[in-house]
Parts: sequence; structure tokens; C-alpha cells
Amino acid sequence: MATASADHHDHDHAPGFFARWFMSTNHKDIGVLYLWYAGIMGLIGGAVSLVMRMELQYPGLQVIQNLPIDAASGHVWNVLITAHGVIMVFFFVMPALIGGFGNYLLPMMIGAPDMAFPRLNNISFWLLVPSIVLLILSAIVDTGVGTGWTVYPPLSVKDPNHSGIAMDLAIFSLHLAGASSILGAVNFITTIFNMRAPGMTMHRMPLFAWAMLVTAFLLLLAVPVLGGGITMLLTDRNFGTTFFDPAGGGDPVLFQHLFWFFGHPEVYIMILPSFGLISHIISTHSKKPIFGYLGMAYAMVAIGVVGFVVWAHHMFTVGLGVNVEWYFLLATMVIAVPTGIKIFSWIATMWGGSISFTVPMLYAIALLILFTIGGVTGVALANATFDFAVHDTYYVVAHFHYTLSMGAVFGIIGAFYHWIGKMSGRQYPSVISHIQFWTFFIGVNLIFFPQHFLGMQGMPRRYPDYNDAYAGWHFISSLGSYVTFASAILFVFIVFYTIMFGRRVGANYWGEGATTLEWTVSSPPPFHTFEELPVIEKDPNHH
Amino acid sequence: MSAKHDYHLVNPSPWPMTGAISAGLMTFGAANFFNLNKNGESLWMGLPAWWMAALGFIGVLVTMFLWWRDVVSEAHDGDHKPVVQLGLRYGVILFIISEIMFFVAFFWAFFDFSLFPRAVTAIAPLIGDFSEIANPNARGIWPPEGIHTFDPLGVPLLNTLVLLLSGTTVTWAHHALLEGNRRAFMWGLGLTVLLGMTFTGLQALEYAEAAFGFTEGAYPSTFFMATGFHGAHVIIGTIFLAVNWFRGAAGHFTEKQHFGFEAAAWYWHFVDVVWLFLYVAVYWNLFSQLSAG
Repeated sequence: MATASADHHDHDHAPGFFARWFMSTNHKDIGVLYLWYAGIMGLIGGAVSLVMRMELQYPGLQVIQNLPIDAASGHVWNVLITAHGVIMVFFFVMPALIGGFGNYLLPMMIGAPDMAFPRLNNISFWLLVPSIVLLILSAIVDTGVGTGWTVYPPLSVKDPNHSGIAMDLAIFSLHLAGASSILGAVNFITTIFNMRAPGMTMHRMPLFAWAMLVTAFLLLLAVPVLGGGITMLLTDRNFGTTFFDPAGGGDPVLFQHLFWFFGHPEVYIMILPSFGLISHIISTHSKKPIFGYLGMAYAMVAIGVVGFVVWAHHMFTVGLGVNVEWYFLLATMVIAVPTGIKIFSWIATMWGGSISFTVPMLYAIALLILFTIGGVTGVALANATFDFAVHDTYYVVAHFHYTLSMGAVFGIIGAFYHWIGKMSGRQYPSVISHIQFWTFFIGVNLIFFPQHFLGMQGMPRRYPDYNDAYAGWHFISSLGSYVTFASAILFVFIVFYTIMFGRRVGANYWGEGATTLEWTVSSPPPFHTFEELPVIEKDPNHH
Repeated sequence: MSAKHDYHLVNPSPWPMTGAISAGLMTFGAANFFNLNKNGESLWMGLPAWWMAALGFIGVLVTMFLWWRDVVSEAHDGDHKPVVQLGLRYGVILFIISEIMFFVAFFWAFFDFSLFPRAVTAIAPLIGDFSEIANPNARGIWPPEGIHTFDPLGVPLLNTLVLLLSGTTVTWAHHALLEGNRRAFMWGLGLTVLLGMTFTGLQALEYAEAAFGFTEGAYPSTFFMATGFHGAHVIIGTIFLAVNWFRGAAGHFTEKQHFGFEAAAWYWHFVDVVWLFLYVAVYWNLFSQLSAG
């Protein structure tokens, strides 16, 4: 990225190093900062999960009692799963998809010269720096936070392991990350509504722009509710309020409602940008416009809207009452309809297309298959009766890792391969990247497919030890995590190889299938794109 | 700039980073302060335990001042073309929507407790004493026994009128500005600021006279959190309006371009509407009375 290529725009006056990277007001530079940040966090979060799989490889305790945390091994385990979950959700997936690809691609895709509020854009990034510092501190000071990413009371308020500063640091970390997300959401919505190029009507926007629009609205409406919830947690802990303490007339289940009113939209916040990205990948590498453009756009809108009224399916076992559970069961199943529209439209896009099985396309196809598996187990779990049986088991772990580790994350890696040539001006090395894909694909499936069986057999979540009967599938799952981590290391190598030694590519290295506006500018794009706004004269989605 | 469009490409700025660092110091300092406080320690590194939180807070304030100073000078430089002003409008409306969702969390807590009050006897199983429970679903009352709430027809009604009146004065100021009557604008806006301060003062008196403390259970928790969060927004809104009063005095606003003032007015109306909901739901307790029949 640092080297400027000769075919840049005449007025390509990037500021000096410090001003460029620490005081940035440029959407592409901020996007790049987000991507580096997310990459580092993904490796840290992945390393934590590697430690967890090493522990679970055999029955009994073998790893975690050697970690420098002065607490019972069960709590140490909880600290690990908490760090893994929070880092992956808030500091890897969200920064990569929303901050990284959202910032880099969205303004170019709608023909805007930058984001609506460039300074605000930069504070969204920089807030994540103190946020991750507080989060990492929360895992290593005192006995660490072991509540899971859900930070349910009374565990997060009354538990002796959480009486110290660690929990307060984690709460403030979420406050800062939340502020970052809300400001980012304001920025994305304003950019999309106010800065589309002439002729770029809403119904001509690329699907990634639609995905970001829906995602930003989910952030705007959901994150503040979490902010309120964790603020009440903070005052319960430090100022003697009793919001979540039954002894004072409060209600612990209230926190679960507030958390999941945020938490369920949050899972769509993580997957919708991936949906947007793979729409472009599949269309490009099938050399066909996306099938059913309007249906694809409004399916995301529908997922976003319905996503706000299904939250209590995370709470089937807290005693909601049968009528309430019926409602949340049915509403949850409704989500499968717009999601099905998307899956079948992607398949229809490929149908009859001239498909090239490039690495990004393989990641996109893999996402379709694996996300569908996660979706099917999701419909199964929507049944409250079934959920009662497998609640808090590895079946749930397998389900949400199929949707996130193989949905959101495959979208991130696929998008990297698809757009790295655009960002760096250099293409990834093909053969080694194919190897990276296949090892990653096999690895994650080895980890998570057996976890369905473990869950059905009754293996509970959040335990470092287990009955010998579960040993076989746990062993295979751990092997899978070694394969996956090796593949992730290979991916890091590919990243550096590509940006340093990759083959140079032109503006549109994918050819006729790549129709969005970022392919009309040089690779890498000039510092300021579209100083003269592009005019969209015909509908790109109807030929 | 050679750009052939009206959008505003902002120059590199140090304020995002200073703001983020300050926010980090503020939160890290606050977490330490809370925990030192809990352990009965008043000093941290030889200084009052709140020093880092205060330092971070000052850093945030300084950052806000310098950041908005840049925005104002960019507006004077003509960077805020109509399309940029429209963007600012979107931005402020969206920010207010996110603030509304913040209040949703506290209203949610209030409605949970007030529409479904729990009898004290129903609480026992959750805290481990199973002996006293007759009926775990026994319905309690709201407000809880022993809580003497404020008379909604006293100071709360007065405060409602103060805020509604301030809504009219700020609209008066806006219309005066649109018609180029600067004197009336300054009067209307100045009165709005004074009414805002009056509200805060009356609310402080109410808090001082409250018959219940912050730590006395679910009613005080929700009451002080919801009204306190609102009160903080009143103070922020008052400062926002006051800044615009000084900007008006410095001749910053024209009949055509005065979005800074409009944003403050929008924010003020938002604060006003939240109060009306607080008044009806919390002070008047209307919904709880309706649901109890």
C-alpha cells in the first residue's frame, strides 16, 4: 500500500506518514487500518481457541492449570472462552467487515469520494484501540472476566471471581467499542443516503451497499440498548442499585432481555456484510449479474427487521412461559424465509454462469454450503422443545460457529482474496492460496462438524473437562483446530507475500464479471477517488 | 482542491486520536477509581483516586472543543455546501435516534419492574431461602411498599411546564433567526438556556428532597437512572444551546446557514419529549395503574 504506482491521479497528494495513518480522514486508509487491526485480533482470538482445543484434546486437565491465572481451573477456562468470544465478535469480525471492507469499498461502490464524516470515521477506529487494551487487561488482571460475552448477572455482579476491577474494565471496553459502532453506523447511513453518485438510485446500489445500510441500522438501534444494559450492570456493581438483583426487587432476566435485544441483531450485524460481499464475488466469478437483485436487497431488509423481534429464542430455558416461547419460536423460523431467498438466489446466479473456481469463489461457495448447514441447525434450535434438550451444549456451539466461523469469517477471507488486488495493486499467489482454502475448509469442518454429535450426546458448553465417552470426537475436533491454525498462519504468509511480491494487476483484473465502480479506478486506487463524480446512466442490475 | 464536487473532504485531524486516548484514560481511570473506592482507598499513585478519570474527562472536553472549533471554521470557509449540510442533518437525526434507543434500555427496566412488580416473598427462592415462599409468582405492588414517591402535580408538573415553555422559546428564537431579527433570536435562545438551567436546578432540589436513596431497591434504581440520564441530557442540551448563544453573539449565523443552532434545537426537543414520557410513565405511574386495573 505504501508505494504509489505511476498511473495515479495527478492530484494524488497523500499526507506524510504520521498524518496519513494517525490523523487519517481518508476512507481507504482507515479501512486499511481496520483490516490490519482485525487481522491481528483474529490471530489473537484464534490463538486463544487453539489453547482451548489443546485442553479439550483429551479428558482431564492438561493445559489450563499451567496458565498464570490464580483461580480454579473452571474459572480460568471461562476466562479463555470469554476472551475468545469477545475478541472474535467485537475486535475481529466487526472491524474487518464493517470498518475494513465497509470503509474501503462502500464509498467507491456508490461513487462517493469519501465517507460523509471522515473525522468521525477515524475516531470509530481509534476508539477500538483503548477498547482492546481494556478488554485484554480485563482478561489478565485479578482473576480475569469469565462470564462469557453475554456478561449475565448475577455471575458478573455477585460472583467472587468478578468482584475486582476486571469486570469493570470489560464493561468499559464494551462501552468504547459500542460508541465506535454507533458513530460508524451514523456515518455509513449518512454516506449511503446522501452521497450516492448521480444516477445511483437506491435500487441501483450494489448489494454490499444494501448490506451495509441494513447493518448500520441494526447497529444504530441495537448497540445503545446494550450500552444501557451494561451501564446498569456497572451501577449494580459499584453504586448499589438493584436492577438485576432480586433481593432489591430487580430481575436478572431483565439483563438477558436487554443483552439479547442487542445480541440477536448483532449476529446479523456480523453476517449481513458477508452476504453483501459474497454477492459480488459470486456474480463476478460466474460472469452473471446477481439473480433477483431486488429480492436480494429486500431479503436483507427483512432479515434486519425480523431480527429485532426474535431475541428471546436465546432464553427459552429461563422460564418465559409457553405462549411467549411459541411466539419467539415462530418469529425465529420466519427468518429462514428471507435467508432462503438469498441462498437460492446465489445458486441461481451461478446457474448457467461461466464459473471460474478462483480462491474467492471457492470461499463464497463454501460459505453457501456451510452457512446453510448452520442455518438448518438454526431452524432446528428455533424449536423451543428441541432447544430445551440441547441448550448450552456443543450443538449450539457447532451451530453458531457454522454461521460465524464459516459464514462471517469465510466472507472476510473470500473478500480479501477478491479485493486484495484492488487494494494493493498485487494479486495473490494462486496455487498456495488454493492450498490455503482447502486446508482451512477441511480444518474448520473437522473442528465443528463433530461438535454436533458431542452436543447431541449431551456435552455441555463451557467446561474444560468431560466424560471419557466424548473423547473421540473431541480429539478429532482438536486435530481440526491444528489444521485450521496452520492454514491461518499460511494465510498470514500469503498476505505478506501478496502485498510485497504479488503479480501487479490492472484496474479490472476479474474482467467482464466485475461491474461495480471500484473496478473503474486504478489498482491501488488513487488517494482520492472520484474527484469527478461518476454518472450511472443505466441500471446495472438489469441487462 | 481540484475536486469537481460539493462534498467536503476533511483535512487530516489529530482530534479523533486525542479523543480516543482521552476516552481510554477516562474509562480506565473510572474503573480504577470505583475499585479503589470499594476497597476504601482514597489515593492512587499519591493523588486523589479519581485523577485519571478526571484527566481523561478533561481530555474529552478539550477534544470536543477543538474538534467543533475546526468544524465551525470549516463552515466559515465555505466547506459546508448544501449537500454537506444535508449530511449533517442526517447525522444529527441518526445520533438522536441512537440516544432514544439508550433511553429504551432504562424504560425497559422501568416497565419490567412497574408492570410486573414482584412480591418480596417471590424473591426468596432466587436468593436461596426456600422456606418463606408461599407463591413464587405472587404479584407485588408498584411503587414498592415503603417508597414515598413524588407528587406528580408538584415540582414534576412545574418542570414539565418549564421544559414545554423552553420548547416554545427555542422555536421563537428559530423563527426570529429565519426572519433576520437577531435581537429576538438572542432573547429567545437566552431564555431557553435559562429555562434549561431552571429545570436542572429544580431537579437537583427534588433529588435533595427525595424520600428514598439511590441504593434502596428497584424503584430508586430505575427512578434515578432514568431521570438522572435525562438530567445529564438536559445539561448537555443546555450547554449545546449556550454555545449557540455565544456563536450568535459572535455573529456566526445567517438566515440561510445556521445548522449548529438547529441541531441544538432538535436535541432540545428530543430531551423535552423524553421528559414527557418520564413524566407520564415514572412520575404519574400511569401505565402501572392501568395494568393493575
